[in-house]
Parts: sequence; C-alpha cells; structure tokens
Amino acid sequence: MNFVPFVKTRTRGKVNVSSVTLAHGGGGKAMKDLIDDVFLTAFGEHACEPLEDQARFDLAVFAAHGDRLAFTTDSFVVDPLFFPGGDIGKLAVCGTVNDLAVGGAVPMYLSCAVIIEEGVQIDLLRQVALSMARTASQAGGQIVTGDTKVVPRGACDKIFITTTGVGAIPASLALGVDKARAGDAVLVNGLLGDHGAAILCARGDMALETPIASDCACLHELIGAILAAAPGTRFIRDATRGGVATVLNEIADGSGVSIEIEEGMTPIREEVKAFCEVLGLDPLYLANEGKIVVIVPPDQAEAALAAMRRDPLGLDAARIGRITSDQDSRVMMRTSFGGHRMVDMLVGEQLPRIC
Amino acid sequence: MKYVDEFRDGEKARVLIGEIESLVSGMKLPEGRPLYLMEVCGGHTHSIFRYGLEGMLPKAIELVHGPGCPVCVLPMGRVDDCVAIAENPKVIFTTFGDAMRVPGSRKSLLQAKADGADVRMVYSPMDALQLARRNPAREVVFFGLGFETTMPSTALTILQAESEGIRNFSVFCNHITIVPTIKAILDSPGLQLDGFLGPGHVSMVIGTAPYEFIANFYRKPMVVAGFEPLDILQSIWMLLKQIAEGRVEVENQYARVVPSEGNNAALRAVAQVYELREFFEWRGLGSIDHSGVRLRDAYVHFDAERKFAIPNVRIADPKSCQCGEVLKGALKPWQCKVFGTSCTPETPLGALMVSSEGACAAYYQYGGQKRQAEVV
Ligand code: SF4
Repeated sequence: MNFVPFVKTRTRGKVNVSSVTLAHGGGGKAMKDLIDDVFLTAFGEHACEPLEDQARFDLAVFAAHGDRLAFTTDSFVVDPLFFPGGDIGKLAVCGTVNDLAVGGAVPMYLSCAVIIEEGVQIDLLRQVALSMARTASQAGGQIVTGDTKVVPRGACDKIFITTTGVGAIPASLALGVDKARAGDAVLVNGLLGDHGAAILCARGDMALETPIASDCACLHELIGAILAAAPGTRFIRDATRGGVATVLNEIADGSGVSIEIEEGMTPIREEVKAFCEVLGLDPLYLANEGKIVVIVPPDQAEAALAAMRRDPLGLDAARIGRITSDQDSRVMMRTSFGGHRMVDMLVGEQLPRIC
Repeated sequence: MKYVDEFRDGEKARVLIGEIESLVSGMKLPEGRPLYLMEVCGGHTHSIFRYGLEGMLPKAIELVHGPGCPVCVLPMGRVDDCVAIAENPKVIFTTFGDAMRVPGSRKSLLQAKADGADVRMVYSPMDALQLARRNPAREVVFFGLGFETTMPSTALTILQAESEGIRNFSVFCNHITIVPTIKAILDSPGLQLDGFLGPGHVSMVIGTAPYEFIANFYRKPMVVAGFEPLDILQSIWMLLKQIAEGRVEVENQYARVVPSEGNNAALRAVAQVYELREFFEWRGLGSIDHSGVRLRDAYVHFDAERKFAIPNVRIADPKSCQCGEVLKGALKPWQCKVFGTSCTPETPLGALMVSSEGACAAYYQYGGQKRQAEVV
C-alpha cells in the first residue's frame, strides 16, 4: 500500500512495540501507524494530493528543468545495514540520485519501497528512514511516495529498499555510452574501491581491522560542475557494483573503442591496496558508491579535473587513461611496472585466493 | 605497502630486463625453441599476468605455467565428495573462497550453497574452528586444501581443537606436497624445461634443501622466487645466469623470507598431524605416489573422510579437457581445444579456468583473447 499522500491533519499513529511484526504488513491500523510514525515523520510533509494512491506533479515543473524525463530504479540489499561511512538508507538515496545525475538529469522526486523482515527493531527502521530523509534533502530531492511490506522471518535479510527516481535532463545535454572517441580522456573523481573494502571489513568475518569508510555520497553537484566546466563531456557513469573495471568495459563495448589506463595514475588508498593484497582482490573491481568515470574530449580534460577538484567529493580526481583507436573494445592497463595486462569483465564474484 | 613498493619499481625492472636481454643474447639457445622456464607456483602465475611480465621478457624466454595452484589440480571426484559432505544437513562446510566455483560432476560448492547446503567461506581454518565453538550442535567441516603453504595452519588448528576437546570440528584433508609433484613433472616423457622458479610460500615452510634432487639428479637449475614482480624478474635473471655459466644449483632469491632450513615449528606440526598417502589423484596429472597427506590415526576424530560417508568416486576429467598437458607445460592454455569456447571462466570445464591462479583463467582474463587471435 502506498503511504503517500498522507493527511496533514490526521493524528499521527504511534508504534508502541519495539519490533516489526507481521501485523505491520497486514494493511490495518498497525501498518498505518508504522508508516506514519516511522516513515512520514522522517520524510516530512510534501505538497501532494491528499489520499491518492500516487504522487502527482505538474509537468511544467519538469519542463522548466529540461526537455527529457529521466527515470531510474535500483534495489539495495546491503549487509550490514550500518557501516563506516553510511547505511542502507543513505545508500538507497545516493544510489538513485547518482543514477539520475550521471545522465545529466536534475534529480527531483524519489519513491521508496521497503521490504522488512519480521523482527526488525522499530528504532533501527527509524534510523534508516531518517538517514534517507536527510540524504534526500541534502540532494535537493524529495521522497514523495512509497510502500512497505513485512515478510516472515527468514524471507528477507532485515531490510531491503528499492528506490525509484525521476528528474529532468536539460535540453543541451546528450551523454551516451556510445559517444567515446579515440583520444578522449578517462577521468575519475577520487580514490577507488573504498565502499567495497569498507563493506567487506564491516562484515567482520575477515578478522581484519581496517579503518576504511564507504565513499557513499550524492554526486549531483559534482556532476553539475563537471558539465558546466566541460560541456563536451561524452559520458559519465557511477562505478558501483563491478567497480571501475566494469564501467570501462561497458564504455569500450558501447562505443566500439579500446581504453588504456595507467596503473600509476589510478588513485587507490594505501589501506585499500593493502586490503586487496591480503585477500587477493583487485581494487578495480571493488564497488564504489561515490565515484564516477567521466569521458571528456582531451581539450576539456583539465577543465573537468579542475572542476572536480574544487568539490569536496572530487579532491583526489585524476586522469587515469585515454580512449585509444584500437577497435577491439578492449580495456588494457599499463602496469606501474611497465607491463601490460587486460582488464576484463569480472566473472561472478571476486573470490579471495588461498595462497 | 612501503616495503612492497620497493619490489614494484618500474625503473629497476627496466634495468633488470636490460640485463636479462644481454644475458640471453650472449647465450647459446636450445635449437628451434625458446628457453622454457616453469614457475611451479600459482601465485607466480598470477603475478606474471597481473604485472604483464610475459610481454616484457625477450622472445627467447617462454614461461611455462606449472601445476602450483592447489585448486586447479583438485580432481572432480574430490569436489563431489565436498558437495556430498556439505549436503549433510548437520554440517557447516567451510572453505577458502576460490574453491567455491570449482566444478564437480554434479555441481560446485557455490551451486550446493544455492541449493541450500550450509557452505561458508572462511579465511583461515581457525575461523572454521571458531564456527565450531559457536555452533556446538552442528558439525563444522573445513576443506583442507593447498601445499605446504597452508598445511601447517590446518595442522595447528587440529592441535588447537584437540587441546580444547572440541569434537564437532573436522577436516576434509586434501593437502598435497610439492616435491613428488615436481618429480612427476620431471619424469613425464618428452618434457622440455630449462629451469624452475621455485615456490616462495611453500619454501618458507620446507626450506630449500628438499629441492636439491632437481639440480643433482635431473640437472635442472632452480631459483626459489618471491612473488613481487621484481622478485620474479630477478629470479629469471638468476636462472639465466646459472644456465649461461653452466651451473646447475638450487638458489634462493627469496632469502628475506625463506630460510634454507625451513620453519621448524611448522614442520613439527605437519609431521605430528599428517602422514603421506600412498597415492593421490591429481586433476590432469593422474595419480602421483606420496603426493597427498591424510590425518594420522591419533587424529581420526578430526578426519572428515572417516567421520562422514563420502562417495569417493573417481570421475574422469571431461574428454575435451587438456588441463594435464597445460599443467605439464606441454600446451599453452590457448592451445587447448576448448579454451575460450566451451571452457571460459563462466562455464569452466577444467579447473585451470576457475581459480584466479589457474593459467587458463589468467590468460583469459589478462590477455587470452589476444593470444587466441594470434593463433587462429
Ligand atoms: S581451457 Fe579449460 S579444459 Fe582447456 S586446459 Fe584450460 S581449463 Fe583445461
């Protein structure tokens, strides 16, 4: 059931138990109370039509921002729910805001659907909802509609969140994965692999205490700055699951070009390098939640880099490589050692080596 | 990382490559072929690909990727045994990550997990023992795998379990030992090898003395090598120097880590817990006498093989697989009939395609297609 719109005048329900039960998914008073108390309290009151099953918008508002609607959805199933640098709520908002922003869209409205495992603490849910609300307001977006479901214990892992977002793309922009051309520069906005490493550490089954925090952040402002400084930008994508290596391969495939990156220019935190070394992982494949790969024409590379470095989320921005004219759609890395190796798509999950 | 960066210095690499080139150019090469140098250890294979070393060496040197990835040489029947143990509802089956994807005849451990078996990835056998402490009502089985590198930690874990009186912990022991393996390679007919890069981690435990027979009986030089790219280049240079000077010795490039006499404490634990098996089956290489170990009778209560009914069926490798030839260095991975077609990392037919240390997977990931294109 949708919990937006809500009625401003109705007295808020109050949840008076400490954990979620199946009754909270039953559609009755318990559910209303949960939605009111936990979600609506967190998300605040928005200018929506009362008592309708959908959020409603004035198309003129979109049209004022651009000529195309951007529409994206993603599900978040992270374990643990809270980790250094973020939590599932922040992740769910940042992820969708970034998916809009990388296409050049101005993020405007979000929806969230939450699947809750019976037994989850109400306080925990509250923290997640507050984190979502805080992140959304920082991103200048609003969470305007949503849904909750409660499933029996064991049917999901604590909390799953799906967020969907809409935004508008300014008429001047036409970014695309097919637009990379030989000679273009490949940029990233900072240190790679922090999120993946932080999550693996936070799971605690590594017996490794590494002070790595997730890079989880909303990148719409940074991206806005890049697009202003380098209007010829060809393509931007956030390097989430599968890491930078996967994005580069997508670009090589999509544009029918090859990419050469320099190991020595690729920014990776010493702790993450050491962590990968111990576990036999490759940081290029580790997930990021606040990192983008940007393809720009060579003459705009410096402007784009400078714009990134002016933003707190782009301090360690670097030019890691270039598009080459080789048409095999290959990603190669020049190792800092002087050799070459291929950076292929990852097969399955990265599994640590034994020796 | 500071300590490690020293061994990844591209400048030093160029100097070394220069010296290797000048050594090779002054040398009399075998007729009609390059010099074949085998790295026995999967860790070396991995570094060679990761740093792109092959492409930096002169054409007159060809690296042959040996059998040193314990995951790669695991016979299919043994994977089936793992799956059978894991499917016992009482069991929590624990394993190192890269053994999860190795195909069995029915399924891999990863598939068994998806089908409901309680399979968990651990980073050391001590993690498995910890699981046993926390789950007294379950049977925790650790998949003991690897050469002398990992053998002592399994042995020490068993000794620890013994001293704590833990009875719901056991080991499915598939540890293997390096020396008989190298011997089997040296004995294989028609073998053309000019020298060996000896395994660094294994030697940390056993020292360098056990390799003397390679120089003395088989007249092949060996250099025990570290895993950093400069280690490997320097070891190749040392091997070439021996060949150029007509010496045949076992040298130790990795002396900062490998004591020539090995690690006594580790060796004692190994001797206390394990005994050699008569035979042990290897994927692609067939049975090699005395190449595997099992738990001694004194530790029978920690032996998963005796605690659980396991099928223990020999499964022949798929016919199209040429893993054996690749392991012996007779074929390059991309020369295998099914490389990159029916055998890929997504659908591996042979184990060399599974582990990141497997030569086929390394070729596939770090440049396989290019090689393949050059061949066809
Ligand atoms: S390509 Fe597959 S079957 Fe052939 S040798 Fe490699 S792993 Fe074995």
